[in-house]
Amino acid sequence: MYTQALDVHGREPVPAPAADATAAAARFEARIDADEKIEPKDWMPDAYRQTLIRQISQHAHSEIVGMLPEGNWITRAPSLRRKAVLMAKVQDEGGHGMYLYSAAETLGISRAEMFEQLLSGTAKYSSIFNYPTLTWADVGAIGWLVDGAAIMNQIPICRCSYGPYARAMVRICKEESFHQRQGFEIMLTLAQGSEAQRAMAQDALNRWWWPSIMMFGPSDADSKHTAQSMRWKIKRFTNDELRQKFIDITVPQAQFLGLTIPDPALRWDEATQHFVIGPIDWNEFHAVLKGNGPCNRERLEARREAYGAGAWVREAAAAHAAKQAAREQAAHARRQA
Amino acid sequence: MSAASATPARRDRAQNDALFRYVLRLADTSLVLGQRLGEWIGHAPALEEDLGLANLALDLIGQARLLLSYAAEIEGKGRDEDALAFLRDAPEFLNLTLAEQPNGDFAHTVVRQWLIDAWQIEVYEGLAGSSDTRLAAIAAKALKETRYHYRFSSGWLVRLGDGTAESRARAQQAVDSLWRFTAELFTADEIDERMAAAGIAPQLAAAAERFGRRVAEDLSQATLVRPAQQPYPWHGKRGVHTEHLGHLLGEMQHLQRTYPGVRW
Amino acid sequence: MSHPTPDPSTADWPLYEVFIRSRSGLEHKHVGSLHAADARMAIEHARDVYTRRQEGVSIWVVRSADIVASDPGEAEALFEPARDKVYRHPTFYAIPDEVKNL
Repeated sequence: MYTQALDVHGREPVPAPAADATAAAARFEARIDADEKIEPKDWMPDAYRQTLIRQISQHAHSEIVGMLPEGNWITRAPSLRRKAVLMAKVQDEGGHGMYLYSAAETLGISRAEMFEQLLSGTAKYSSIFNYPTLTWADVGAIGWLVDGAAIMNQIPICRCSYGPYARAMVRICKEESFHQRQGFEIMLTLAQGSEAQRAMAQDALNRWWWPSIMMFGPSDADSKHTAQSMRWKIKRFTNDELRQKFIDITVPQAQFLGLTIPDPALRWDEATQHFVIGPIDWNEFHAVLKGNGPCNRERLEARREAYGAGAWVREAAAAHAAKQAAREQAAHARRQA
Repeated sequence: MSAASATPARRDRAQNDALFRYVLRLADTSLVLGQRLGEWIGHAPALEEDLGLANLALDLIGQARLLLSYAAEIEGKGRDEDALAFLRDAPEFLNLTLAEQPNGDFAHTVVRQWLIDAWQIEVYEGLAGSSDTRLAAIAAKALKETRYHYRFSSGWLVRLGDGTAESRARAQQAVDSLWRFTAELFTADEIDERMAAAGIAPQLAAAAERFGRRVAEDLSQATLVRPAQQPYPWHGKRGVHTEHLGHLLGEMQHLQRTYPGVRW
Repeated sequence: MSHPTPDPSTADWPLYEVFIRSRSGLEHKHVGSLHAADARMAIEHARDVYTRRQEGVSIWVVRSADIVASDPGEAEALFEPARDKVYRHPTFYAIPDEVKNL
């Protein structure tokens, strides 16, 4: 779901048909079919490597850009406990970005290259983070809905065929569960609070519901590349499958909160035993994906600022390390003499 | 057992008030510094530093919560940690002036952090043997955190001071501009003296000497110049602040002030 | 003040692999990698990234460039021969139940 852009942009390398595979490729496919993990330095088709680099780095970018909408409220959190919890959550997100950049680096791309792709606008990240956090309730809505959707997507990836990615996801999933709970707890406190607080919570739900639904990417009919990703066990469920699961789980939670989902067409279908939603506005999705969402510019500008302003710091650390290494060498040489 | 470590009912009013203010000084310093560090999260020079600064901020907010809760008990008027954090105005805050200074660039933040870390090491080490058992316990825990903070901040001081020409210039600039606020750190006033007399807080003179030596050593390793001592009598620990604190509190307290009396 | 997009050839800090011992008595396990300018920083980063939930009592960091790894292409020659040496395992041996302490 952080990889929604993969399915939309038709720039995927065309995978080599199995019939043309060399012995190595055939062995690779057999390992995938047997649910074996592929590890760094193992032989892999170039298309598999490139797909993974794109998916993992996109996921990593999403985590670190995702620090910004919630980070926006750290200084204004309304209690010390909420402040501490929010700091811990945003710190976790930075950590998740790091685990994922680490995993991507095992495939032969550097952190600097990935950052350059993000900051220049060539790499994508989850469009959900291009929406602004306008009230404290948005922090709750993000934890409840956005992290909820993320968990839904992440759990299957724990069984992904590429070892480092799967292991990073296991670590991330363990940490993610408090994120959703803290969000829901915020919503609950607001929903059970004053009139103004209840209205704040409802307003946040009104603005975050549809973007969360769209996090699962285009519908399966419009997703050209799901098939290959699923064959290689990078993707384990389709967009629509995950989206439906999310809806079925979340609607009762909203009902518990006493809040109204902003969808007049939402109904329970007795025959299929699922909630059915109204039409999704894919125009908004595509606009945000293209870079014309409410905060696309600001998010990238913030990351560019931080990275650019930090260049002298990174250089200083490297320079100091070089000086220390030179001193140690000189001292060693003197001892030998 | 000295009067000051007795329960509020048996402490005399003046001693109780002095203890309340003393604990607030520690609490507010951690709170304000933690708030400043929170501003960095998502904007640090490297992703690893985002996590490092967030770690510092979390520890400091944690210290603030423990100390504010204790202060509220000492006061005995039914306030809690949030009432103290979100509903006092600037003149009632007793943090060190140094803590409220703006982040500036990374060098500024590192120097501010390093100075307060070196100060907190002395204070918490001294408090670990306090006759006030509650303070002693809080200090023992905080000391472990502070040792790690000091490792981080002094490490960066040296990297920046002894890094590139640009980083040294920035680091020296930060030291020069923040040095006047160190005057407050070990200048004992009547509250410090009361607390020391009661065996609650350490004697500041001895702590000042150790601080001075540690700081001189770090500056030397960082190839930075120690500025001349400047008097600076406007002490945050007496509620006399710079203009920065008002803005910091305005942002921090906004929601509680706008929606009074509700649960968050 | 706006900053230009940084040059991709700007070197990252070196990459380090991180190993954590979660409890006294267990061995260090590989948990991932991170970038740091020097070893002292690498330990701090490892501590901040990988031990927030009390997952560690000891940290090792090793520069990735210093790790020597077996070549997956040689996996057969390195690891297959051990397969048929089942006599290294205790279950290979039939000992009557009445015999104790074996």
